Order: sequence, then structure tokens, then C-alpha cells
Amino acid sequence: MKQEKRNEAYNRYVEARIPKTKAWPSLFNSFWVGGLICVIGQGIDMLILYLFPYMSQQTAWAWTLVVLIFLASFLTGIGVYDKIGKFAGGGSIVPITGFSNSISSPAIEFKHEGIIYGTCVKMFTIAGPVIVVGVVSSIVVGIIYWIVGLF
Amino acid sequence: MDFLWAFLIGGLVCMIGQILIITTKITSARILVTFVLIGVVLQAFELFEPISQFAKAGINVPIIGFGASLAKGAMGAVKSIGLLGAFTGGLEATAGGIAAAVGFAFLFSLIFKSKTK
Repeated sequence: MKQEKRNEAYNRYVEARIPKTKAWPSLFNSFWVGGLICVIGQGIDMLILYLFPYMSQQTAWAWTLVVLIFLASFLTGIGVYDKIGKFAGGGSIVPITGFSNSISSPAIEFKHEGIIYGTCVKMFTIAGPVIVVGVVSSIVVGIIYWIVGLF
Repeated sequence: MDFLWAFLIGGLVCMIGQILIITTKITSARILVTFVLIGVVLQAFELFEPISQFAKAGINVPIIGFGASLAKGAMGAVKSIGLLGAFTGGLEATAGGIAAAVGFAFLFSLIFKSKTK
């Protein structure tokens, strides 16, 4: 009982100490930064199709994603992406660049624990669940699609 | 026009992410997982293509596009090679993105040092 009360008081103390993100500005920032990242993606896609007119839409898009992932990874390396993240929140997490950042950031941060147990293992702390959930759900969708196709 | 739609839809999707962060204090891993699942479901009901037609990068750059490609790959492969496609299609369609993210992360982890701490 006493313990519970203490925990409650502690929780309130922690709550008060957590830096409050101001809701409205953070929504606005996530909107325009996220939108801007998508616009950059659109621009890269158009540029690739302009430079290589015979490339298929699908290939051009695959290249666009590779370029975006490269840029995000590089910006993470020089410490810029995390600053964008603090400013834009969801605007920097939700785009594919956020996925890239979620892999690069721990890879660089845990480098000092060694290549295998630091970089290679920690790389997947966030991306791991994303890939697992994505792959499992795509298998389920594929199997359902197969069953539906039988009839 | 493409830029405007990409900006508006992309911005909106990211703002929904931010709303989730504010209201539920959800972690970034959960955000990414949630949006990947949204993409898979949208593609499974074949709703992704119609949105993608006008939103272009606005829906494809957010990780929703990654989920949609996983499901689209699995469905396409099932169509061409049968049940095995459910296992091969998803990763095949997203291999470029995953390999790029892992490859560049490894490369840059060799070059750069952690800025924090």
C-alpha cells in the first residue's frame, strides 16, 4: 500500500519533469516537414524520369526510395536528421527516411560495442519489428489472396 | 499539381502520426509498425492504387508505401507462381529499400561517430 502511494507520487513527479511538447506547433511542424520530404521524393522521381526517359515508372520509383534512404542515412551520420526529428516529430518518423534513420542511428550509436554486437545487432532494434510485422502480414495477405483465388 | 498533392497528403499522413504520438505517447517503433500495417491493409483491399494515382509521393514516401509494396508483391507473386508467392513476393518487392537502408547504415556506421554523448 505504502509502496503504491510512493510510486504514484513518483509517477506524478516524472510526469511533471517530462519536457512537454506543445501540441499545435508540433502538429504544424510535422505537417510541413513530412509534406516537404514527400515533395523531395516526388522531385527526385521526376528528375530520374527526366534524365532516363526509357526507365519504367516502377524502376524510377525504386531508385527514388534508394536515394531518399541514402540521404536520410547520410544526414543521420552527420547528426542532422536527429535535429530534424526533434523539431518535426512524426514528420520525420513516418516517411521512409524515418525508417532509414531508425536503422542508421543505432548502427552508429552502438558502434563502440563492436561491429557484430553493436552495429549489426542494434541496427534492427526498431527496424526489426517493422520488417517482422510487414513480412508476416504480407504472408497472411498472400495466403488469403491465394484462397480467394481458388473459388 | 503532383507536388501540391504530394505535399498535402504526405503532410497529412505525417500529422496523423504526430497526433498518435501526442495522444498516446506511442514510441517510434510502434508508429512505424502501425503505418506499415495500414499500408498492407490498404493494398489488401486494393485501396492503395486509387490513392496513389493522385497522391503519388505523398502516400508512397510515407512508410505506408512500404507496407503496400509488401502486400502488392505478395499478391502479384501469388498470381504468377501460386501459394509460394505469399512467401517470396513481399520481400522481393521491398528488397531494394531494405538492402539500401541496411547497406548505407553499415557504411555510415564505419565512417561516422555518434554525435550525442
